Amino acid sequence: MPSIRQNAYSDVLPDFRNLGVIARILLAVNLAAFAAAVFAARDVAQAADAFVQTASQLEPLLLAIILALAAVSPWLGRLEYWKGCATVLAVVLGLTAAANFAYGMIPGAQGDLWRMLVLAAVAAGALLGYFRLFAKAFSPALAEARLQALQARIRPHFLFNSLNTVLSLIRRDPKRAERALEDLADLFRTLMSEPRQFVRLADEIALLERYADLEQLRLGERLQITWEIDSAPNDALLPPLVLQPLLENAVHHGVEPGTGPGTVLVRIERRGDRVIARIENPYIEEQQKRVGNRMALENIRERLLLFFDAEARIRTTTDQARYRIEIEMPYKTGTG
Amino acid sequence: MSLRVFIADDEEPARERLRELLADIAAEVPTSVVGEARHGLEALERVPASGAQVLLADIHMPGMGGLELARHLAGLERPPAVVFITAHDRHAVEAFELNAIDYLLKPVRASRLAAALKKAMAAAAPGREQLAAAAQGAREYLSVVERNRIVLVPVKDIVFLRAEQKYVTVRTAQREHLLEEPLVALEREFAGRLVRIHRNCLVSRAAIRGFERNPGDEEAQWLVVLEGVADRLPVSRRQWPAVRELIADK
Repeated sequence: MPSIRQNAYSDVLPDFRNLGVIARILLAVNLAAFAAAVFAARDVAQAADAFVQTASQLEPLLLAIILALAAVSPWLGRLEYWKGCATVLAVVLGLTAAANFAYGMIPGAQGDLWRMLVLAAVAAGALLGYFRLFAKAFSPALAEARLQALQARIRPHFLFNSLNTVLSLIRRDPKRAERALEDLADLFRTLMSEPRQFVRLADEIALLERYADLEQLRLGERLQITWEIDSAPNDALLPPLVLQPLLENAVHHGVEPGTGPGTVLVRIERRGDRVIARIENPYIEEQQKRVGNRMALENIRERLLLFFDAEARIRTTTDQARYRIEIEMPYKTGTG
Repeated sequence: MSLRVFIADDEEPARERLRELLADIAAEVPTSVVGEARHGLEALERVPASGAQVLLADIHMPGMGGLELARHLAGLERPPAVVFITAHDRHAVEAFELNAIDYLLKPVRASRLAAALKKAMAAAAPGREQLAAAAQGAREYLSVVERNRIVLVPVKDIVFLRAEQKYVTVRTAQREHLLEEPLVALEREFAGRLVRIHRNCLVSRAAIRGFERNPGDEEAQWLVVLEGVADRLPVSRRQWPAVRELIADK
């Protein structure tokens, strides 16, 4: 039995194929080069000249490094963190040396090899440190997500009402009662498990269906769920418990407070390299603004940011008495 | 003689479960279920004619919850005793404890249900004040009992309330109702919505159209003009500054 780890999230290297990560690298390195140019120059005009000259050598090298890192990124992710860092550093230094050699062919462009290597190592080290801190800064969101999952996401209200439903079934329909308890067990197993980094979309959809079955038993014909998930990419990876809380919110805020039947739409599809999930429910104004709803949304937004950086989006819209949440995230699979 | 019980819960399996439990404890507390409802409004329609002695009411129901339901039923000549049921509502439970109102937690145990029913038979139905104290918000409706029927007046339809002798007149754009509740309590409950303009009168903030000078009256210089009704109501000298300020914020 492994001991309980205090921090399930060991350090991980950033995904070098992520546009957000690439943008951050480009921006940081160029800013540093610009700052250095301003610092060394006597006036701004001279600094601009110096920066342009530096850039002509810097950009090809930087792009080459980014391409190389993007190429090996999936493999890097499987290495231990410190080995991964060493590999990144080796790639950076190797390419820098190569660039130094290449620039040597151009008359007058030759720079001192050691100076370039030291600069490259400092820049790479600073960026790795930055990405590590960035990941750390968001890991409380993960710990909190787990806690919330237990305390609030599956609302006590839902647990007790579901148990009550099962009790009512035991005599009438023991088979159905058994299945309901199994669903409940699966749901709680997922909620109480060590948070993993990614789950397969198929697993998250299975969880949605378990949850929906239980609510269906409890609410009967008041709850009508339309599933449009035939074209959902089952192998897509996403952070766990991103969709289930949204469906729970839809039922809790959109269907339960209504006296008549309410329709919830669950649509998950792939569009090119994007996965789009949409959940819709009847809009009941005073319900949707509740703190619980906003908290769940905020938490999911943070986790998406951590997993997909700038490549994921979450949007809510309201029109024609419908409340809609749409999540857009990159289509990633286990094979990289 | 069996106890006549009415069940109000929005979940079908929950109502089913309560019926099962009532059957289980029949030897100890004989009961008959005289009616069921899926939400507060439905219960309000059905309870008076059902002759129920005890109402088992879930707190969370769509449209109207158990507490507001009980507050309206309390206006009946012989209101049923009420046992509230909740799956998980800390605030409600605290309020019930504080005001000595009986409640059960879901899932309900047979023995607890039996005890609650016995207690309900012995004690009087919770009074209006007691329920009002346990309530956590303003009601959505006022209610008037007319020939053993409960007529609801949505609070958002109220144009003004005026105290007269023994009653309070509730004026909506459509009609008037007579209410047996003190104006002070109504003022407190609907503080955000209603404004006192006179010793005997509250008006809906949303319905105020404007003010007119009153040429004749000494005490009141201003009359308030209201949406949907022709009446011009005097604003007392004393209330005028506060009224003017509130309306300026609008």
